[in-house]
Amino acid sequence: MPTFLREASLKRHTVLDLLFRNLTRVSAFGVLVLLAAIIGSLVVGSMPAIRAFGFGFLTSSDWDPVSEQFGALIPIVGTLVTSAIALTIAIPVSFGIALFLTELSPRILRRPLGVAIELLAGIPSIIYGMWGLFIFAPLFADHVEPWINDHIGAMPYIGPFFSGPPMGIGVLTAGIILAIMVIPFIASVMRDVFEVVPTLLKESAYGLGATTWEVMWKVVLPYTKIGVVGGIMLGLGRALGETMAITFVIGNSHELSKSLLMPGNSIASALANEFTEAYGELYTSALIELGLILFFITFVVLSLARYMLYKLGKHEGQTS
Amino acid sequence: MTMLNLYTRRRIVNALGLVISVLAMAFGLFWLIWILWTLLEHGLPALTAVVFTQMTPPPGSDGGLLNAIAGSLAMTLVGTLIGTPIGILAGTYLAEFGQRGWLAPVTRFINDVLLSAPSIVIGLFVYEVYVIRVKHFSGWAGALALSIIVIPIVIRTTENMLRLVPTTLREAAAALGAPQWKIINFITLRAARAGIITGVMLAIARISGETAPLLFTALNNQFWSSNMDQPMANLPVVIFQFAMSPYEDWQKLAWAGALLITLSVLTLNILARVLFRQKAASH
Repeated sequence: MPTFLREASLKRHTVLDLLFRNLTRVSAFGVLVLLAAIIGSLVVGSMPAIRAFGFGFLTSSDWDPVSEQFGALIPIVGTLVTSAIALTIAIPVSFGIALFLTELSPRILRRPLGVAIELLAGIPSIIYGMWGLFIFAPLFADHVEPWINDHIGAMPYIGPFFSGPPMGIGVLTAGIILAIMVIPFIASVMRDVFEVVPTLLKESAYGLGATTWEVMWKVVLPYTKIGVVGGIMLGLGRALGETMAITFVIGNSHELSKSLLMPGNSIASALANEFTEAYGELYTSALIELGLILFFITFVVLSLARYMLYKLGKHEGQTS
Repeated sequence: MTMLNLYTRRRIVNALGLVISVLAMAFGLFWLIWILWTLLEHGLPALTAVVFTQMTPPPGSDGGLLNAIAGSLAMTLVGTLIGTPIGILAGTYLAEFGQRGWLAPVTRFINDVLLSAPSIVIGLFVYEVYVIRVKHFSGWAGALALSIIVIPIVIRTTENMLRLVPTTLREAAAALGAPQWKIINFITLRAARAGIITGVMLAIARISGETAPLLFTALNNQFWSSNMDQPMANLPVVIFQFAMSPYEDWQKLAWAGALLITLSVLTLNILARVLFRQKAASH
């Protein structure tokens, strides 16, 4: 090949290299633009509500489309309470599942069982909602809620939280269904994190005579603490933003009630139910501000989760 | 004596812990089986040929889900076609060019956050930037919302899969004088193909069940619509509307749709895993 042709081909490749690199860079930058655009559009959309209600929006429990008085307190509380119920149930169960999958399960069953738990995460949330509404809620109302009323509802201090008409639909039901939904997320992160622990460390503990439970509790868990918390936060992020499963069973009532058996509302289900039917600028804008609050809360929670999981990854790099 | 006591106590604690762990596993599987069982029980009798050949009916008359199935397929397809190239390109940047500078770590972090961001907010976003502009709900808006969910998933898997490709492969190609764009396009991306396809399949599985982002974008349509610029019927929103309705025919159709969606999502999930495993084993 004559020199001038080779130079031309070299030049062509340099240009193509530059083009390709910048194409990928623009795409990566697009992710940041997307985030900025999401935040920007939500802020712009909620401006009318922010101007009308200011910070009072966060603490007001009004929700009256007719007189255009809106406050976010009830949906925020509903979102936080359902997520709290979900985590209370999901954390111990997920720990048990992760322990089973890493330490106890026979080797042949390990993979299929892990996949089964991951499939539970793959089921669309609307299916959980339907199942919750048609199957779980009636059973819960007939068999569990009367018992809760009679036994826990009669206790001092916590009683008022657990007494109410057994309707099957309400904050507690929503929290339980949410728990079933986040268990697979938390369990699979915990399992992955537990597998990071060097076998040497575990075998040393077993060699010293530790039981399986002690190895988990005193060796594996302390070693993976950050990652476990990160996994829990990841589940929390899911729970906070979950929409369809909750919309079916929470009851969508804008009333603040002490009892967990009463219907409530969450940010996401308020949006799902009311957004397309909202009339007037202020109503729409108040709903968008709810969305902004939800995005802000989940963003903080998920950022913390990722930070913790990264930190575990680094820690692992240093010690090995 | 105390030694024996301590020993017995440790053994009891251990046994208790392990029993609870087995119970937790059973608890997890219990819901999976119960939900799948319910779906089969209610969905199978409702899943007749009519479901695939007729449009969604008004309450009280017979009908199927044809327009909803077609709408879902169309929007999922367009959403995947928009989201996948962007995701692969951005993922390539993170894996191949992102060693230096601030862009890659920041993008990686933001992308991981967007990966689990609430999908209803994505719906709000598309409503704000697109639906309000054109002043009507449309299939395009629905596809756009779905593509925003696809992008982070594809970015994450593309980066992970490219990182599994051995550096020696890149160095060998570079030593033969291949320019970088050729190395990436013809060597590394090709080596990571199975993994990336797995990621795309998982993304399709994820968006085919998404309801929340379609509520304010595609909305729904009771009739056949092949025009993406019109409100478009789709399975998840039809299921939502029909399940929440008091009409028994509608609820039956909702169960049929729910079974259909779950089966396709689970099949995609399992297929993606099998495909990836076969490829990984042959390497």
